[in-house]
Amino acid sequence: MKRETAKTVRAFVIELAIYAVLVITYFFLVLNLLGQWLYELEIHRRYTYAALAILLIIGQAVLLESVTTFLIRLIRGRSE
Amino acid sequence: MFFPISGAHISPIYLAIVGFIIGVLGGFFGVGGSFIAGPALRLAGLDWNFAVGTDLAHIVGKSVVAVRRHRAMGNVDLRLGLIMAVGTIAGAELGAQAIQMLKRAGNVNLVVSIVSIVVYISISSFMIWESRKTLSQRGAIKGAKSKKDHSAFGPVTRAIQRLKIWPMISLPASGIRAISLWMILSVAFVGGLFSGFLGGGAGYIRMPSMVYVLGVPTHLAVGTDLFEIIISASYGTFSHAVKGNVDILIALVMHTGAAIGAQIGAISTQYFAGPKIRLAFVPLPLIGAAIVIYTMISGHKL
Repeated sequence: MKRETAKTVRAFVIELAIYAVLVITYFFLVLNLLGQWLYELEIHRRYTYAALAILLIIGQAVLLESVTTFLIRLIRGRSE
Repeated sequence: MFFPISGAHISPIYLAIVGFIIGVLGGFFGVGGSFIAGPALRLAGLDWNFAVGTDLAHIVGKSVVAVRRHRAMGNVDLRLGLIMAVGTIAGAELGAQAIQMLKRAGNVNLVVSIVSIVVYISISSFMIWESRKTLSQRGAIKGAKSKKDHSAFGPVTRAIQRLKIWPMISLPASGIRAISLWMILSVAFVGGLFSGFLGGGAGYIRMPSMVYVLGVPTHLAVGTDLFEIIISASYGTFSHAVKGNVDILIALVMHTGAAIGAQIGAISTQYFAGPKIRLAFVPLPLIGAAIVIYTMISGHKL
């Protein structure tokens, strides 16, 4: 039982570490590129910004859900 | 990190950690986590109107992740969720208009703070009474995975289900033979009103209401509430974004933490029985109330 718990905790830590690297890369690449453009959009075209905001958050959700599911399967095996 | 839309300087690590915690709680309890996210964003220096709108955007993303997990476990009543979305959107619009009115009057921060404290404490007080009473009844819980849910508030729930106000509809996925459509819409409308006014998906109102008023089993209430939150919070995000209350960059950063947290929370629900989930829920609104009280007393931009 303890061995099983240790295995789960180790897998989770590895998963978090990989995920953290991916997220930091994402911060620098995507957010820095999009920041100024979204700011301009928010000031001048509010409705377009509002629609884009929803699309961005749903798109990111689907993308990250796929990434986390892939990581869980990769590290813990297909049994998850 | 500087966020130009709201003009705030906030650490992305802080946002990701807050997102992660809210993700775990949201996946487990079926709530948006606004009772923590709103005050946490306030603590970071955002105005309430931005905290409310940005939190809604973040909730959309987090709920998408959690619902996919819950759906796989059979915890989502799509029919109920779609009906509730209609009532929630109407309520959310009214709540958002109230925020705009207070913004113009210049007292949005004080009013929202006081209302949120009262609401959070009331919910916790009621749920601690109900879940403790249910848990003290012998034989109330038979296995964590049971979808049959017992509640000390059961007689009131059954009385509500007996109200014959046309049109009556059945919800087989939730085990409800017949209930008035107006009861479902009323519960959703009240939830939406709080969602638009206090931010978030208002799961802290709707999840308990679905269990106690409509009689939906807790596990299904969690999953269905999250599904409904996707629709209503998307509408709320759009409405607040048009009014200039959403910093989508902050929401995207928060969501990076929430995405993994929501999966962990959703998976965890299968190990707990309904009344235990409800009892564990009790401290959450109290934490939110404590943060709001702290920021009011300490004068942290409130």
